[in-house]
Amino acid sequence: MKIVVTSQGGSLESPVDMRFGRAAWFILYDLETGSLEVHENTSSAGASQGAGVQAAERISQLGADVVITGHCGPKAFRTLRAAGIRVALCSEGTVAEVIDRFKSGRLEFADTPDVEGHW
Amino acid sequence: MIVAVASGKGGTGKTTIAVNMALCMPPPVTLLDCDVEEPNCAIFLKPDMRQREDCCLQVPVIDEAACNRCGDCSSFCRFHAIAMLRQKPLVFPELCHGCGGCLKLCPTGAITERGHVIGVIESGACGSIEFVHGRLDPGRALSPPLIRAVKRRADSRGTTIIDCPPGTSCPVITAVRGSDFVVLVTEPTPFGLHDLVLAVETMRTLGLPFGVIINRADAGDARTADYCRREGIPVLLELPDDRRVAVAYSRGLPTVEAVPEHRPAFERLIAKIAGLVPRRHGT
Repeated sequence: MKIVVTSQGGSLESPVDMRFGRAAWFILYDLETGSLEVHENTSSAGASQGAGVQAAERISQLGADVVITGHCGPKAFRTLRAAGIRVALCSEGTVAEVIDRFKSGRLEFADTPDVEGHW
Repeated sequence: MIVAVASGKGGTGKTTIAVNMALCMPPPVTLLDCDVEEPNCAIFLKPDMRQREDCCLQVPVIDEAACNRCGDCSSFCRFHAIAMLRQKPLVFPELCHGCGGCLKLCPTGAITERGHVIGVIESGACGSIEFVHGRLDPGRALSPPLIRAVKRRADSRGTTIIDCPPGTSCPVITAVRGSDFVVLVTEPTPFGLHDLVLAVETMRTLGLPFGVIINRADAGDARTADYCRREGIPVLLELPDDRRVAVAYSRGLPTVEAVPEHRPAFERLIAKIAGLVPRRHGT
């Protein structure tokens, strides 16, 4: 299973970026192999609209099964759902910490968006 | 001749000026209320509305079977109205600006368009004045397509007066574009002057000829008039702060009908504008 964590920096020690569409980095982590890829979000971080849609599209193209982020708005949620990607919401921490929380079943999957657009 | 009535600041009297100009102008006159988020010329004019039609934005519809998932449409769309997922394309009509670029780019012809209603255009008449306004549906963020649709109703004969939205961004630019002259309505306050300067910069950037009306001219200070003099901007009219005009306004009555002695000032304004409009080639 591949997961993407939204992050403020490009490493496992970086703090999680609580924003989804305008997150600074996407950290792609493969739970089976432990392989790590870091992708800077150069496109949607500064978008005037549709940042969540664009970020979700990118994450779909990265082949992720799960996204871990702080908050997820309605359009991003709809796009991720259409792409078959589940959303797990987390509180503050480093990327490594939230991956551990996810692995130990301490993060819950969201059934609905938890914020309005442009929150 | 097309005259747009605009302002940087809201509440300076654009609608009042536009309506009273229309009432004093020799026919044929068309008044277009392009302030589609809060169209209120009709409150003054009480036109007999005869026609109503939906205003639609053309948004993409993607045939999933014909789509090869190349993503050209999605990477072209700067408004991110299309997401190309591995499984299927996803369209967000509420983000679409209706440019039609995706349709032109699609290599497999999978994209067609459908109308997405964003508001209504209503038209009618008040005496000899033809009247058209747009009303943007609540929740729609995109007014320029509706403003353009209202402007297409301009009559090439006679005079068209456009009541513009306030501000200096896309809706205003859409409303004033193509006008022969822009009237900027302001008030002699620090707020009015601040926003007038922004509106002047906008009109200069657009290369449109313009002049200023100072409303409630005796209520504030001389800085607005001084600014216009320094910048070489014609002050077309200074309307006094008249309690009778305010009372008429509070009852939804046009100035020139409630206080007829103000009519000559509007007639002089119209003559002044006619003298300032650059002559078009071949007319």
